[in-house]
Amino acid sequence: MAMDAREIERLIKAAIPDAKVTIEDLAGDGDHYAAHVVSAQFTGRTRVQQHQMVYQALKGRMGDSLHALALQTNPPADSAPGPAAPQRKGRK
Amino acid sequence: MNDSPVFKRIRQEIAENPVVVFMKGTPMFPQCGFSAAVVQALSLLGVKFKGVDVLTDPPLREAIKEFSNWPTIPQLYVKGEFVGGADIVREMYESGELAEFLKGKEIALAD
Repeated sequence: MAMDAREIERLIKAAIPDAKVTIEDLAGDGDHYAAHVVSAQFTGRTRVQQHQMVYQALKGRMGDSLHALALQTNPPADSAPGPAAPQRKGRK
Repeated sequence: MNDSPVFKRIRQEIAENPVVVFMKGTPMFPQCGFSAAVVQALSLLGVKFKGVDVLTDPPLREAIKEFSNWPTIPQLYVKGEFVGGADIVREMYESGELAEFLKGKEIALAD
């Protein structure tokens, strides 16, 4: 019931093409990963929404064939604000 | 909107309890490291919360994933709002954002 790191990256990039994906195999068992995903598509979305986008990309594998994926998502560093910040509609 | 009994129960839990964690095991005996991490973050902040064990209730375990559109457990709800799973709660706890968020929702924290 394990999943290859490259497969995880491929699925995320298929759904979020500009994503920069860093994956670490935490236990070396192909079953416990930490993924850091950076994408401009996260800008202005809450952290919950950002994670939902990644889970959507993994098409139901999360919680199934992929038991443990510690997930961190961020908009690119130069773009605006903290993930849980209120959503902004345009800048003032 | 889904009106199944189990969805009604979920709505009732999050309406009646300001802070709810749907988790594996109980706050005293979590059965999974991710659930334990959320319990620990809330406990360190001195927040009163209700733990709902999904392991003893298979229909609830499946329904909560659909209800929140979130594939994993634990799940934290504050004042009826889905806050996130273990990763988000940990990140928010470490940055101090969780304490601010709870205060903003008028949830009492220990000093």
